[in-house]
Amino acid sequence: MLLKRKWSVIWMVLLSIALIGSTTGCKKKAPPPPPPPAPVQPPPAPPPPAPDISEFSAEPSTIERGQSSTLRWSVSNANQISIDNGVGTVQASGSKSVYPNDTTTYRLTATGPGGTLSKSATVTVTAPPPPAPPPAPPKETIEQRVGQLQDAFFDYDKSDIREDARAALTKDADALKSILQDFPSGTITVEGHCDERGSAEYNLGLGDRRATAAKDFLVQLGVPGDRLKTISYGKERPVCTESNEGCWQRNRRAHFSVGQ
Amino acid sequence: MKKKPFLLAILSLLSVVGLVLFAQEGSVVIKIVSPQKPVMAVPDFRGSGAAVSLMSAFNETLFSDLQNSGLFDMAPKGMYPLQVPQRPEDFRQPARPGASMGGLALSDWSSPPVNANFLAAGYTADQNGQMVLYGWLFDVGQPNLANAQILGKRYFGSLDETGARRVAHEFAADILAHWGATSLYGTHIYFVSNRTGHKEIWQMDPDGSNQKQLARYNSISIMPAVSPDGSKVAFTSYAGGNPGIFILSTETGRRLSFYNQKASLNATPNFTPDGKQILYASSASGWAQIYVANLDGSNLKRISSSRAIEVEPKVNPKSGNDIVFVSGRSGPQQIFRMNFDGTGVEQLTNGEGEASNPSWNPNGEVIAFAWTRGYATGNFNIFLMDVATRRYDQLTHSEGRNENPGWAPDGRHLVFMSTRSGSHQIYTMVADGTQVHQLTTQGNNWTPVWGK
Repeated sequence: MLLKRKWSVIWMVLLSIALIGSTTGCKKKAPPPPPPPAPVQPPPAPPPPAPDISEFSAEPSTIERGQSSTLRWSVSNANQISIDNGVGTVQASGSKSVYPNDTTTYRLTATGPGGTLSKSATVTVTAPPPPAPPPAPPKETIEQRVGQLQDAFFDYDKSDIREDARAALTKDADALKSILQDFPSGTITVEGHCDERGSAEYNLGLGDRRATAAKDFLVQLGVPGDRLKTISYGKERPVCTESNEGCWQRNRRAHFSVGQ
Repeated sequence: MKKKPFLLAILSLLSVVGLVLFAQEGSVVIKIVSPQKPVMAVPDFRGSGAAVSLMSAFNETLFSDLQNSGLFDMAPKGMYPLQVPQRPEDFRQPARPGASMGGLALSDWSSPPVNANFLAAGYTADQNGQMVLYGWLFDVGQPNLANAQILGKRYFGSLDETGARRVAHEFAADILAHWGATSLYGTHIYFVSNRTGHKEIWQMDPDGSNQKQLARYNSISIMPAVSPDGSKVAFTSYAGGNPGIFILSTETGRRLSFYNQKASLNATPNFTPDGKQILYASSASGWAQIYVANLDGSNLKRISSSRAIEVEPKVNPKSGNDIVFVSGRSGPQQIFRMNFDGTGVEQLTNGEGEASNPSWNPNGEVIAFAWTRGYATGNFNIFLMDVATRRYDQLTHSEGRNENPGWAPDGRHLVFMSTRSGSHQIYTMVADGTQVHQLTTQGNNWTPVWGK
């Protein structure tokens, strides 16, 4: 308790001295200060350099639509560089591929403390040649169309037109009329064939009958007879050579080929 | 060799005599070849000088010509006596009849174990750079040499293998002539082969040697026929588009002109016996029918008249007036006969199965043909038929398909196609079905005919 009071006294003394001293000073009249020295004029700052665009090009300058052109630039003294038409802000130098759909002039704007500069490059877009028209459905050759005709099949040693042959030849007749119309100079050969069993000599005659019977049937259905030839191959040109009824039946036939 | 007309006459006479007909079906009824064959002994001939090295070719040729003739039973060589007479002077008369002279007596050859009826003997020599053959034929059943000698002749040939074979063929031909038979030496077989990739017309010798292509059409050329004098071959070819008739000279291979009438099919040509006309099948009427025309196709005339398939006309070589042909007029293909003017049509085969490929024996009485009688459709065998009686014999027995029999000019041999080996090949045989030889092996081969 005692010590605390002592420090209060000290503080009071010190404060008083301070107050006396300050009052004394304010009352004293000071001489006018000397004029300040003339301020040293700093050298005037040089004006900031203007931006420079040393390069802004589009290569190639002409493209076909869908192809690309490369913009290439090199800029100095700029802190803000942008290219319009969607390219945006870019670095001081660089390149970018662009795919303009139409002729486009790209403008590069460089802004720096020294001002703003812009330069443009134009990419001329040409229309590409039109694509080949979608291929027309290929026109079938007469051989292809004749190849689609159905064979007429026969019984052993017979040249009568069976029911199944009648159906096949009726379809063939329509196709034949159309083929002969589409190929006005074409002729079609009706071939008669036989299986391996009868003699080769007799089969020449039998194949001839089969070809003739098929032709006569087609002519009855309106196929022009002067454009149908007949030929017998007997058993000289089999489609198969196995000795069984399946193969024999395949060989007992009237078949169509493009005329000689 | 030269063909002598009188030999053919003798041959036909013998064929008539040999045509023994038995009543019972199934046994052999047509005897083109006599079953009673003389026994022939042919010891190996020896040669001298430069001819020595040619004797194996000579002996092989002589033996096979006599054996393949079908006229003889050949006495086995292993049974022959040690000593072989080479000329008439070598024979000795035995002291008493039947005594062995070690081969130098006639009776040494006629008695066991040889049991021959005839002996062909001789030798060859190199004479002034030529091969000369001294050849004799002896009837060893005769009691003495004077009666035994049938043939004694000299033959000349070049001093090489060709010459050796040639003198052997000629000597064999003279032996055959003693039995009225003609040699096949110098004849040719014409046939179809696809060995080049296309069916072309080929020819070869009767033993299968010297096979060569007559012409090249790169098409389908089939079914040859040969003219009676052997100078022309007619056949069916697709070389012009539709099947048509082509005629070639066998000497030059050149094509001779033939007018094919306007038809989808002109095929299966054959020559008349005088060689002046061609019979063939044409579809000009809508059906394959039989026509006749001159050699160049002119002056054509229709012979058959039916609404059926008719092919393969063959004129009787003796009468010149009979035609056998194949027709479907009664149903499945059968063999028919008609007169040259188309009248007198009669069916020869009885309607069983299918029949085709008739070929006249030179005697004008027997045909060979292919028939499926007794077998499945397509399984043809070779048959003979006596046309007058319609009796028939079967020569092959279902060893594959057997078709297109063609008579040799000697009237005793047949050439035919068989699939017995697994492919289509050409064979010859004696007309009793024996002595079958395969002549072709390359590619497939069909439709042989035998010409002069």
